Amino acid sequence: MGGAEVNLSVQIGKLTLQNPVTVASGTFGYGVEYAQLVDLNQLGAIVVKGIRLGPVRGNPTPRTVEVASGLINAIGLQGPGVDGFIKKYWPFLKELKVPTIINIWGTTVEEYAEVARCFDALGGVGALELNVSCPNIKEGGAQFGTDCKLLSQVVAACRKATTLPLITKMSPNVVSIAPYAKAAEEAGSDALAVTNSYPAMAIDIETRRPKLANVTGGLTGPCIKPIAIKLVWEAAKSVKIPIIGMGGIQNAADAVEFMMAGAAAVAVGTANFYEPQTALQVITGLREYMQRHGLTDTRQIVGSVLVEK
Amino acid sequence: MVEQTVQIVSNERNTDLYFLLVVRAPKIAPLVQPGQFAHIRILPLREALLRRPFSIFQVEGDTFSILYKAVGKGTEALSRMRPGEELSAIGPLGHGFTVPQPGGETPLLVAGGYGMAAMYLLAQRSPQKGTVFVGGRRRVDILCEDEFRALGWDVRATTEDGSHGEKGLVTLPLIAELNRGKARRRLFACGPTPMLKAVGKIAEEFKVPAELSMDEHMCCGVGVCLTCVIPVKAGEGWEYQRTCTEGPVFDARQVVWEVPK
Repeated sequence: MGGAEVNLSVQIGKLTLQNPVTVASGTFGYGVEYAQLVDLNQLGAIVVKGIRLGPVRGNPTPRTVEVASGLINAIGLQGPGVDGFIKKYWPFLKELKVPTIINIWGTTVEEYAEVARCFDALGGVGALELNVSCPNIKEGGAQFGTDCKLLSQVVAACRKATTLPLITKMSPNVVSIAPYAKAAEEAGSDALAVTNSYPAMAIDIETRRPKLANVTGGLTGPCIKPIAIKLVWEAAKSVKIPIIGMGGIQNAADAVEFMMAGAAAVAVGTANFYEPQTALQVITGLREYMQRHGLTDTRQIVGSVLVEK
Repeated sequence: MVEQTVQIVSNERNTDLYFLLVVRAPKIAPLVQPGQFAHIRILPLREALLRRPFSIFQVEGDTFSILYKAVGKGTEALSRMRPGEELSAIGPLGHGFTVPQPGGETPLLVAGGYGMAAMYLLAQRSPQKGTVFVGGRRRVDILCEDEFRALGWDVRATTEDGSHGEKGLVTLPLIAELNRGKARRRLFACGPTPMLKAVGKIAEEFKVPAELSMDEHMCCGVGVCLTCVIPVKAGEGWEYQRTCTEGPVFDARQVVWEVPK
């Protein structure tokens, strides 16, 4: 098809991504699981599953349920903790050509800061994503993302603890995202990830029991895309820092839509579970879209939605 | 593991309850080990996004087959697909059965209904012939007896309603067999969880090693999403391990059936 060369690179704080397509935390493990199926070095970045200081056992099963065009999950952030991650997964990740973004969480502001310090000291980490929006754990997670004051404290404490770029992963479970987005920006976040899963529930009508052991979970997949697009649009209007948009992306057209709403980069999430090649297909399709429209830089797309008035 | 587009060679009703699907999968078929599975995306499904895991039944040349019951949205859509149509498959996946060594323990297979399909390759590739105990509710639940007999295996069927073979649970003739001989034996089991639990208990009583293929609802199939976990002994306590990656086959002694509160 030819056409002009396109510049896909994106800046997140001091971190440069070779292209704007990343993967959503919790949908790509620690990268190594997909190494046989996906050329990891083609991605913009790998975002690993949420990590707190110590190991986490996670919720009882059933942990996920398929719904129309989506998935509800309540995994409960099962994970190896900081030391387990460094021992088991970091030797593989640090050799990749693409940056690793580590999603971190805690049950106190101090724990977030401590985890941030650990990864700052590790060296070679691309950025930290602050998970203040997981709906499936009793302590920590969404309680920090739905309280402006706590959100500011978490971001500020992590800002003090590390010079790594900070991405705050926003909760969708708020009346208006603008004040939260501003609070994260003012506290020193370099970017926002919009959005996490939506609180949801499904019931087995034969047994009258919830389909998840945790009763409720977080809804993701194509069914949340239109509401995530709106959140990105609102967040983008209220801050100057870049936004990583996510929620049901299945192809390049979905990614372009998020970018037009204001996302500088995107993340493929639930689609990884059924089509591991999705992120790579999005990169190829994005390049083709840009060539077809005579665009040479992704910044020509970001926030370009035409809204009257 | 490999992801590839596979073409349907045949997809026909095999018994009153089950369909037999054969697909051409030249990259996957040669890699399959007994007890492994394929994760299949049924493309005509629109709103149901996830792949469906199926135990691999037989491998022949560049094809593999699965046996399935049309019970949900996914398998119903699959049952309507025709030869020549395509599916996406990731496989082979999971940690399978240990194939017996020549001169080693005598294999005793225990299958509940559809569990038979997951054990055919093990019987075929085992240098020792043994006995397969197959159980089901009714006659229609008993599969593949002829295929196992053709391999030279002894097949002992039980049904709960007595419509075929011995009346009762599959564990009855198994216990009788274990009481009889003293030769070194190893149990391999695939079937519903209550059956697996019973086999695990029997193995412990008779001090016989057992490998159980555990059945847990799956999502990604490759170890990422942590949906299909079961409690497994670890150090002094237990941890959740993935049925799709550390399993589906686990050493019976490692499985934790009742999680301490």
